[in-house]
Amino acid sequence: MWKIIRQIARNGIRTETVPVPGDSVPLEAARIQRKVLDILGRALTIRMVDAGSCNGCELEINALGNPYYNIEGLGIKFVASPRHADLLLVTGPVSRNMEEALRRTFDAVPEPKLVVAVGDCGADGGIFGESYASCGRIASVIPVDLVVPGCPPAPIEILRGILTAVGRYPATGVR
Amino acid sequence: MVIPGLTLVLERIVAPLPLWHARVSLEDWQRAAIAVRQSDGRLVSLWARNDTAVRAVSVAYALTEGLAWLELSLEAVEVSYPSLDTFFPAAARMQRAAMDLSGIGPEEVDDRRPWFNHGAWPEGYVPLRDGVPVTSDAARGDATDYPFVRVEGDGVHEIAVGPVHAGVIEPGHFRFSVVGEKVLRLEQRLGYTHKGIEQRFTQLHPLQAHRLAGRVSGDSTVAYAWAYCMALEAASRCEIPPRARWLRALMLERERVANHLGDLGALGNDVALAFGLAQFSRLREDWLRLSREVFGHRLMMDCIVPGGVCRDVDPARIESMSRQCVAIQREVLALRGIYEEHAGLQDRFMGTGRVTPDLAGRLGLTGMAGRASGQARDLRCDQPWAPYDALTVKMATQRNGDVAARATVRFDEVAESMRLIRALLADLPAGAVCTPVNLPANGTRGAGWIEGWRGEIFVALEIGGDADGHTIRRCHCHDPSWQNWPVLDHAVMGNIVPDFPLINKSFNLSYSGHDL
Repeated sequence: MWKIIRQIARNGIRTETVPVPGDSVPLEAARIQRKVLDILGRALTIRMVDAGSCNGCELEINALGNPYYNIEGLGIKFVASPRHADLLLVTGPVSRNMEEALRRTFDAVPEPKLVVAVGDCGADGGIFGESYASCGRIASVIPVDLVVPGCPPAPIEILRGILTAVGRYPATGVR
Repeated sequence: MVIPGLTLVLERIVAPLPLWHARVSLEDWQRAAIAVRQSDGRLVSLWARNDTAVRAVSVAYALTEGLAWLELSLEAVEVSYPSLDTFFPAAARMQRAAMDLSGIGPEEVDDRRPWFNHGAWPEGYVPLRDGVPVTSDAARGDATDYPFVRVEGDGVHEIAVGPVHAGVIEPGHFRFSVVGEKVLRLEQRLGYTHKGIEQRFTQLHPLQAHRLAGRVSGDSTVAYAWAYCMALEAASRCEIPPRARWLRALMLERERVANHLGDLGALGNDVALAFGLAQFSRLREDWLRLSREVFGHRLMMDCIVPGGVCRDVDPARIESMSRQCVAIQREVLALRGIYEEHAGLQDRFMGTGRVTPDLAGRLGLTGMAGRASGQARDLRCDQPWAPYDALTVKMATQRNGDVAARATVRFDEVAESMRLIRALLADLPAGAVCTPVNLPANGTRGAGWIEGWRGEIFVALEIGGDADGHTIRRCHCHDPSWQNWPVLDHAVMGNIVPDFPLINKSFNLSYSGHDL
């Protein structure tokens, strides 16, 4: 046990400054937490759906959980069910084989809900385009509120996209 | 190269690894399979081509002397061929996929369920045979039910998981038949991320298609791009500069380390040691950030290009890469000590998801997971191509075949890759990093074979000549996950349901690389 404690102590806190949502003024972590609370009245919950990606975007979304980005420290967490989610984070292109599953996942998220499409494939189908097997961009299947381009986008850009989308969440206060 | 008992004319493909191609007769098709099986060879891949010019099924076998690509023309005969799944169980799914994509299926098999085609494509459409439809909005069907195998018995019930999984991972469907907590049987249904990659290849210029190859599986982008470029360079008889080879190997080892660091953290997390995830994900982030600084991309996507690599390494970065290897390896060793002494973690790791060496050999378990079950094969050691020929790579093997063994292989491979990276950096040849690729005047073929972090990646490429604008006629990409997904079914049997995520992560197989 002392080895674990020593390792933690030696490395300290590595969390970095939070990115600027959109192009508004910089926000401190505490202010972001407050904003999430003001808008949602609780933590922001995200359900991630891979609708056919190459797994590159998933690697970078997973990186948001590392100590540098510390997404949970901002009051944002990934949940296991769409029924518990405020926001769908979707990577693409949407394969024909995932089209129905994506639509059903979207339908299962309670209103009001946000959809953030991650990556060039989610934005416009990317190199895979549209074909017998690919519906292309996410917006061809479900309504998308915000697109984070990149192949794959860096974690900081995904985080910025999520924060920008939260700013568009209908302010309903504590529900 | 010879295949015992067969008189085949094998033609050498001019690649850094020993690769051969031969046409076989219907009689030799199964005889070759038996000969390969008897001489301890393995099935690498099986695929088909069915267009206006060629109707054929191909198979790639790995033997001691190298890889043999055997092609059976179905021009004259009917559109089926003798099945290979009795010799190589892993062939079964590959044959089902080839049927969906090319309309060419085997004779006499019981399982004729579609694999990639879930019913959502246009009815009766065969992508590699029929080509691209005139309108992209062709009428399409609804996803169909899949007849899973039912397990009967007192108290047996099913748990259906996916395709949308609980975590941030790729989609697939798992059907567990369980009694209480114990898994009696797991059946997988994959193909959810099938996005038409092999048809897409035929629409791209050969000098651009490395970008598509680099997106077959994002975690293996370096390995796929290298395998594709090796195939294209073989077809074009292009020799890349030594410095480019060294830099490609440097990237391949960096990709291996990045994935192993990620997996070691995730394995800790799956047994409730969140500390492990926090520490390893921090190291992985440090690693990716330096990749971004040196190569301009965190995952090194599009950094390997036909003819070499896209950019040279700044001399100042060589020292920082070397230093980072030392610093991170020191931390990995400290964490390894913690993992090894952690009773709770070891209790979950040991004996879980076991694949014995005997079973692994019979089912064809390959790559990193294979090495954890006594399958001592690694292309970097078995067929060392430059620069690996000068490095004498030390293979990491275990015989226990459980989660603990797969974690140990990862720890050992991280250490070895750190040594390789430092050796590559210390001995980096001078000169150009890229050379122009002159596409061949006549239609030809090439192949690429690379030991990615998960296992062997294989690319078979056929391109047209001057007369038809150098179009890609067929490009087949093979991921080692094809061999290993069916073995996961066996690894899970008899384990408890809550151990499935841990066992699954210990293999960490690719969905996208398999689904294409």
